[in-house]
Amino acid sequence: MSAWTPSPRELERRALRRRLRLRSIAIATAASLAFFVAVGAALVTSPGWPTVKATFFSVEDAKASFPAIRDGFWLNVKLFLLAEPLILILALGLALARQARAAWLTPLRVLAVAYIDFFRGVPTILLVLLLAFGMPALGLQGVPNGLFFWALMALVISYSAYVAEVFRAGIESIHPSQLASADALGLSRAQAMRFVIVPQAVRRVVPPLLNDFISLTKDTALVSSVALFDAVFSARDYTAYNFNFTPYVVVSLFFVVLTVPMARGTDYLQRRAMRRERAGAR
Amino acid sequence: MTGSGADLPAAGTPLLEVLDVRKSYGERLVLDDVSLRVQPHDVICLIGSSGSGKSTLLRCLDLLEEIDDGVIRLDGREISDPLVDQREVRGRIGMVFQAYNLFPHLSVLDNCTLAPRRVHGLSRPEAEERARDLLATFGLVDHVDKHPDRLSGGQQQRVALVRALCTRPDLLLLDEITAALDPELVGEVLTIVRDLAERGTTMILATHEMSFAREVATSVCFLSEGRILEQGPPAEIFSQPREERTRRFLRRVLPPSG
Repeated sequence: MSAWTPSPRELERRALRRRLRLRSIAIATAASLAFFVAVGAALVTSPGWPTVKATFFSVEDAKASFPAIRDGFWLNVKLFLLAEPLILILALGLALARQARAAWLTPLRVLAVAYIDFFRGVPTILLVLLLAFGMPALGLQGVPNGLFFWALMALVISYSAYVAEVFRAGIESIHPSQLASADALGLSRAQAMRFVIVPQAVRRVVPPLLNDFISLTKDTALVSSVALFDAVFSARDYTAYNFNFTPYVVVSLFFVVLTVPMARGTDYLQRRAMRRERAGAR
Repeated sequence: MTGSGADLPAAGTPLLEVLDVRKSYGERLVLDDVSLRVQPHDVICLIGSSGSGKSTLLRCLDLLEEIDDGVIRLDGREISDPLVDQREVRGRIGMVFQAYNLFPHLSVLDNCTLAPRRVHGLSRPEAEERARDLLATFGLVDHVDKHPDRLSGGQQQRVALVRALCTRPDLLLLDEITAALDPELVGEVLTIVRDLAERGTTMILATHEMSFAREVATSVCFLSEGRILEQGPPAEIFSQPREERTRRFLRRVLPPSG
């Protein structure tokens, strides 16, 4: 290959592209600045701002409530970390049970459909209340009987019903030709699911899965309704004694700080998979 | 009268002019100083082995890829300029892909009326009339309301051709449109292309169908390693190729004669 130097016309075009790029960066910056300054100004100059600032954004109250909220938040994190793997396993099982075609698996399929229909219909907070207060009263042998355990189970049961449907959508979005070529290679249906369909399906549903998990991190706050000392309960406790709502803002920030890195992390994984599997396709 | 027409394209300005176009993907050079002139009613066939740059050239012409150097002019106006409205250019160029690329969620008719209605501002009845006429001409009258997946490959590719023609493009780019078809379906698609050629449609097509190229092309380009190694009328290219590499390629793809 001979050495190539760009022609004058190409250099001219590159300069033009660079100018266009700089112009669009400038427009983006100016538009963003104008927008956020206008919103900020409207907020700060509104008549009630001093009161709102004192009740919702008080630095002293934020500092005072911080340790209790941080300790409570650990409970939310624990709930989330324990619930997430359980939900993934149970949900995938439910989705596969729903997809099962073998005749002798029919009861399993019926059970899966009934489970999903029922638990998606019941409000999660009711499930938390019913399980956390009702189950320990049964005095079951061989399972933990604490509030924490049953609140965790309520979240797992409710979310696995949602997530199962996400998995099912992913499985059904894989083109039938994939199943046909797995069949043609002599794979059993279970093998086709295990090695061909599910791996593709899971990759495809990562964004909606993440959506559900962010939702789950927030719904761990529902356990505050059964007097478990999580971050929201701590904040409510402080608010009730001090008549200041700043702790609620603090709790919100805790949740945001937890969920934003999760979102960025999945974006990164998605982009990497896209680059590998769709190189050059347009 | 002289002078007043200085800005207008002079008579004989090619419809499309490609000058020293270069395109690389990372380290790999795909088009290397490619130049080509296309006059109205020309049918240019691009031949050459896979990876010789035929598809990339077509994609560059439709501005689907940004070129690294060189100039592309349509009717004398440079369309490789970053300030050019790409959508307007594509409104004048039709493109058909190897894998049809029909929209699976739209019926055949809606596939064909989408661009005329949304890009070219035709009313629904006008667009549908035009689409129905063309679909009927190409023997697809029974499939107007079906969805693409219900059709055979040959039928789908004919729909893709109609979809491209519905916008009345000045230039039609066909990217190996028979490569994904069964041999017995290739004929029905090529018949249409031959028809279009006879009606004076300006076309550039990348193809592996050598006998078709010999019969229909006004000019054949042999591409090798991103260069147009040889260009000429089909009689010349297929009978007395100048280059050794062209000869070797043709020996491989043409059935032994005699």
